[in-house]
Amino acid sequence: MKLLLDSTRCQGYGLCHEPAPELIELDEWGYARVREHDVPQGGADAAEAAVAACPNSALRLVK
Amino acid sequence: MTGVFSLLPEGRPGLLAPLLSGAWLSGGSEDASRYLAAGGYAPLTAPDRLLDRLLDRIAAVGLRGRGGAGFPTAVKIHAVRDAPGPPVVVANGEEGEPGSVKDRWLLRHRPHVVLDGIRLVAAMTGAERGCVYLSDGPAERAVRRALAECPPRLRIDVVRTEHTYVAGEETAVVRRIDGGPALPTAKPPRPFERGVGGAPTLVANVETLARIALMYSRPEAAGAVAGTHLVTLSGVRGASALAEVPAGTHLKVLADLCGHGRAQAVLLGGLFGGLHGTGWTDLPLDHDRLRAAGGGLGCGALHFLHPEDCPVAVATEAAAYLAAQSARQCGVCVSGTGALARTLTAVARGQAGDEAADKLHRWSRQLPGRGACGLLDAAARIVATLLAHFPDHVDAHRRSGCPACEGAAPEDGRRFTVPVP
Repeated sequence: MKLLLDSTRCQGYGLCHEPAPELIELDEWGYARVREHDVPQGGADAAEAAVAACPNSALRLVK
Repeated sequence: MTGVFSLLPEGRPGLLAPLLSGAWLSGGSEDASRYLAAGGYAPLTAPDRLLDRLLDRIAAVGLRGRGGAGFPTAVKIHAVRDAPGPPVVVANGEEGEPGSVKDRWLLRHRPHVVLDGIRLVAAMTGAERGCVYLSDGPAERAVRRALAECPPRLRIDVVRTEHTYVAGEETAVVRRIDGGPALPTAKPPRPFERGVGGAPTLVANVETLARIALMYSRPEAAGAVAGTHLVTLSGVRGASALAEVPAGTHLKVLADLCGHGRAQAVLLGGLFGGLHGTGWTDLPLDHDRLRAAGGGLGCGALHFLHPEDCPVAVATEAAAYLAAQSARQCGVCVSGTGALARTLTAVARGQAGDEAADKLHRWSRQLPGRGACGLLDAAARIVATLLAHFPDHVDAHRRSGCPACEGAAPEDGRRFTVPVP
């Protein structure tokens, strides 16, 4: 499973970071950076929560 | 004035006729009869066999795309051919790099060889539609004239776009052809999966297509065709040139060709391949070797820095140009290129604090790969290579400024712009 970020949609709300800090970090301007695009085992719930948290649908999961 | 010349030996059997040769060097355009006489538009007899052989040949000689990414062309053609539905073939002639002229030159002077490339790739992939994508007015007129002169079997549209740094990026190309703005989109999907009108789309640089056409008419020279590059050479103090040269040529040889032999550094790949100092003269014109050196061949544009050009000023102007050319779609690109350009400007003016170099180091590592297109990567690479090759210059500027930079270089990228010959 891959966690993909559409950087044209990321507005820097930062809400994705809280449920998935191990998958996503925020840069100094608040924009998301996906640490590892391949979601590790056991990370699916956090990835889904991050996707759901984005108010601008910038994140998606691809199987 | 930009000179035009070829380093290829002419007239010996087995060698290719250079793309830059013949009467059209003087400014004319190759017409259909001349192209046909040179072996162009060769019939697609026994199409399956011959065309499969062409595809095998493209793979065997390792032809790589000439737009900048250097992706293996055969892999791209296979991907489009194997995707479901009839594909679309796009000849991408929108060269966004200000220091490159080869694509516009080809379309203006040799439109038929590019159209022949579209025809061949369409036949190989089963495409029913082709498109020439460009921004240059004279190129558009030449292509339309060529299409009228020798009407193709498949529908070929000419789509005009605005001339920006990102307009030739492959997803921007698709978006513009579909009637939208020429701005990149997030990937995946890439155009080979979902492109023009949702169809699998091969977006190929015009030089790549021209080389495919040459390989079809001159099979015995396929290796030489794939191993030859159009390059644009420039520098503020010296001549500019469009040249056709064998892969592996040392960059010093290219610099000598147009009076840049004393250059202290070179900016590679237009603005995409970074700034290279000590040791640049030994680098060969080769995708992999330049990548291993932390740079990139990109579209083959090389800008030489005279010993009196300040590398910090050049990097600052490049970063500022890229920041201004950001499509302003990705927040990280707006913030990232802006921060790089502002901090470099402060360094150039001797107004940067102690933390400036650390910040530049950090950003140049953290920003690549984060935008929808490669513009942010280009800006980050310029900064990374400036820090790697000219740490003393950066340090000296930070402490006391520099007379060359105080004179404030124009930040509109004029320095990098080469007129089309």
